[in-house]
Amino acid sequence: MGYANIPIRGGKGLFVKKIASINEFVIKFANVNGSGSASANQMFAKGIFRSGIPVSPKNIFPSNIQGLPTWFEIRASEKGYLGRKAGIDFMVAMNPQSYAADVAEINPGGYLLYDSSWKREFHRDDINIIEIPLTTLCVDEFHNPKTRLLFKNLVYVGALSHLMSIDKDIFIELIQEQFKGKEKLIAPNVQALDIGFEYAKKHLDNICDIKVSQKNLNDGMILTNGNNAGGLGCVYGGATVCAWYPITPSTSLAESYKKYCDQFRVDETTGKNKFAFVQAEDELASIGMAIGANWNGARAFTATSGPGISLMTEFVGLAYFAEIPVVIFNIQRGGPSTGMPTRTQQSDILSCAYASHGDTKHVMLIPADPKECFEFAADSFDISDRLQTPVFVLSDLDIGMNDWTCPEFEWDDSREFDRGKVLSKNDLENMESWGRYLDVDGDGIPFRTLPGTHPEKGAYFTRGSSHDEYARYIEDGEVNARNVSRILKKFEGAYKFLPKPVFKQETNASSRGLIYFGSTEAAMQESLDQLSEFGYPIDAMRIRSFPFSPEVWDFIDQHESIFLVEQNRDAQMKTLIISEGNTNPEKFNSVLCFDGSPITADFISESIIEMLSEKNASKTAEEI
Amino acid sequence: MTYIVKPVNHHPNLEKNALGLTRRDYEGTISTLCAGCGHDSISAAVIEACYDLNLSSDKIAKLSGIGCSSKSPSYFLNQAHGFNSVHGRMPSVATGANLGNQDLLYLGVSGDGDTAGIGIGQFMHAARRQLNITYLVENNGTYGLTKGQFSATNDQGSKSKYGEENVLAPIDLASMAIQLGAGFVGRSFSGDKNQLVPLLKAAMKFKGFSLIDIISPCVTFNNHVGSTKSYDYIREHNESVSSLDFVPIGQEIKTKYAEGTKVDVQLHDGAILTLEKLSIKYNPMEKGQAIQSLNQAEKNGKVLTGLLYINPEVKDHAEILNIADTPLNQLSRKELCPGSSKLAKVNASLN
Repeated sequence: MGYANIPIRGGKGLFVKKIASINEFVIKFANVNGSGSASANQMFAKGIFRSGIPVSPKNIFPSNIQGLPTWFEIRASEKGYLGRKAGIDFMVAMNPQSYAADVAEINPGGYLLYDSSWKREFHRDDINIIEIPLTTLCVDEFHNPKTRLLFKNLVYVGALSHLMSIDKDIFIELIQEQFKGKEKLIAPNVQALDIGFEYAKKHLDNICDIKVSQKNLNDGMILTNGNNAGGLGCVYGGATVCAWYPITPSTSLAESYKKYCDQFRVDETTGKNKFAFVQAEDELASIGMAIGANWNGARAFTATSGPGISLMTEFVGLAYFAEIPVVIFNIQRGGPSTGMPTRTQQSDILSCAYASHGDTKHVMLIPADPKECFEFAADSFDISDRLQTPVFVLSDLDIGMNDWTCPEFEWDDSREFDRGKVLSKNDLENMESWGRYLDVDGDGIPFRTLPGTHPEKGAYFTRGSSHDEYARYIEDGEVNARNVSRILKKFEGAYKFLPKPVFKQETNASSRGLIYFGSTEAAMQESLDQLSEFGYPIDAMRIRSFPFSPEVWDFIDQHESIFLVEQNRDAQMKTLIISEGNTNPEKFNSVLCFDGSPITADFISESIIEMLSEKNASKTAEEI
Repeated sequence: MTYIVKPVNHHPNLEKNALGLTRRDYEGTISTLCAGCGHDSISAAVIEACYDLNLSSDKIAKLSGIGCSSKSPSYFLNQAHGFNSVHGRMPSVATGANLGNQDLLYLGVSGDGDTAGIGIGQFMHAARRQLNITYLVENNGTYGLTKGQFSATNDQGSKSKYGEENVLAPIDLASMAIQLGAGFVGRSFSGDKNQLVPLLKAAMKFKGFSLIDIISPCVTFNNHVGSTKSYDYIREHNESVSSLDFVPIGQEIKTKYAEGTKVDVQLHDGAILTLEKLSIKYNPMEKGQAIQSLNQAEKNGKVLTGLLYINPEVKDHAEILNIADTPLNQLSRKELCPGSSKLAKVNASLN
């Protein structure tokens, strides 16, 4: 075999200046969809995580089952900068289809590892090319064609383990965990890992200057995705009915709920389920079922994405007007229309805030990482029951489907469910009269009854047509106006039950403020640090819910100018802020990323610096 | 207006059922439908059936969609919770409600527009799931509230009030439901209380999806000469496959039947449904035959009524999903929330 020749070379056969870095780098894997690379790449990311280095893997995949290019980007950062970062330090190019673009993405001095069973010229003399004949190695060792294909991925993981000095035992442990119960598979997988490791040891020693050095920065941290966390949060929040329809990127949230219900919600003696999991025929039916269950007092939710939200809006209006709790997870993806189903965006802010015809406004919770997905999922049922209204949990594909290094989940065992104002049989017994939509407490929140509570009292007709305080059908405009005004009053007080904004600073220190939300959190600290270094310190606030609390308005009032960072084209959060508050639109400057890739710190900082230098330039011109 | 409550003063000697309730106790608000509307007769039949079965209203949930039919749940069972949902979507709301509490009796009231038009998808899937519901279609072949457009159950060649001829073939909800696996499928006529009341009682006692497609003439828009859903037309073309006797548990079967015509069907709770077949050949437990008979009747210009199909062996949706016997809406936090010790294990699996 002729693979033991010059293992590394720059252009013209010369060694080039290599990127040298410990615990700060971006590595990208370019694969073919359906080739089994995802689990090997995830294992590699977990290997870095287990080395104690914060890591953020991102799966950039096509809307396809097999054949199209797919990428897996991993950023490792001991500083904890876990936003996506453009420019690749190390590229594992496994897909000849995308070689040209993949190679172009490598930073000067970076590394390219490719399958040199078929030699290639790459026409770049500023990168380090690492050749490993992955296919040849696998063909020599394994006989089953499918195994050969799959194990190529583990061979490069083994090689990377040596190249980057990641403890091989960590990977062996991960293989053992992965194949627990299928022990026969452990040995060949470890063998594949070893092949790569030994090859690199023999032929590629001291080649790579990007290293992982073990630390313990991940104590108290977990590596998980927002959909896994959201499904778990629903179990903890007491949801008993999940009605859903498959749609990327929300499907795995419903599946996570089912997975954890199978673990925690099956009665040990009877074997029966203390939950219902229904794949509906479409999104209309899924939200209809969730509303029906909630009407009966069983906590229920649905999970969907943009196109599903569009279909659900009629029912959302019904739940809003008839005041039925329901939780809707919107794992946002690239729109409009079918758009980019496997890319991320924050572009359903307005379509959720004002979903449905007529005057409607809805509560939104906006988590920024898997831990908040867990917490907000559990909280959403309390909030929805308390306010008797739909609650949207607005996550996105980046949080939902990518693994994040985030703090462990926590739960307070003394916490009770807040079921809100639900009348018991005893309450009804002792009441002279009751009206379903009467504002008894002055907070706009009425008292509800559940079917089957009392033989003579508390029955009423739930309807989406105009109704009076006693749920009776009316066509009296004044009565209807009174009712919708009460619902607005309820909405305006809703912020008291919602997660408040969080701030990057203890006290404001700048005349400039920055507002952001959701998955942008991953890039924010890095961007703020960059801006400070450039001499532009900025105060930052992360919005976590709608309607906005007084703290949000205070922050806006306290700053002369506001940068609003969003992952959509139309500055939807800005529109919402301007439409909901008495604030000057002139003071907002939008930073908008809507290409479907998670926003980067560089993008935010460069956009802001550009805007600020333009302002400075025009000021100078005027002064002259 | 629909909220006008009927006077509560009852005649002291009104007949009472085993719960000590009179028929008046099962009534609703005053109907706002047109005088003579078939739907009001159906409401009366529902009242009669619930009275006869000694049902407690608070254990019944009435659900509907949008349309004239969907207004009618206001006109019976005042003490039952009702849910007037969105057009064509009652089946999904009822499915969710049933998942939340399978102990209530779900009475779905819909129309031909609501079910065969906008809501046909949800109707079909509810039947396929074997949702435990008594699903009534108050079928008048027309969109009444919007003033007389043809609905999807309107027969080809039937004429509208304005003389326009319907050019499309109808959807037969009964044969469709049988095909989809519904456990109980009947058809009746709002003007035939003797047939409808026992059919309703049997459907309410049936565990699984029970459809009764009830031809219910629209006196305002579809009761003219040339319509195939008028009172006169249905009276002339109605052909019953069986007469029905519903005998609750513990009661004696008294009626005598001619040789070879009687079929006893035992329901889930032990009650007996006795069918007197009008044609010895007709077997209501034979799916293929039921569909064939419906097709044949349609060809002959007949409207086949009675219990068309029954499969007492079906499992309902909650049973298929293996849901716990205690309704999900009654489970406590302790039973639902796994707590912090389990969460520690989850955390451990993710690092």
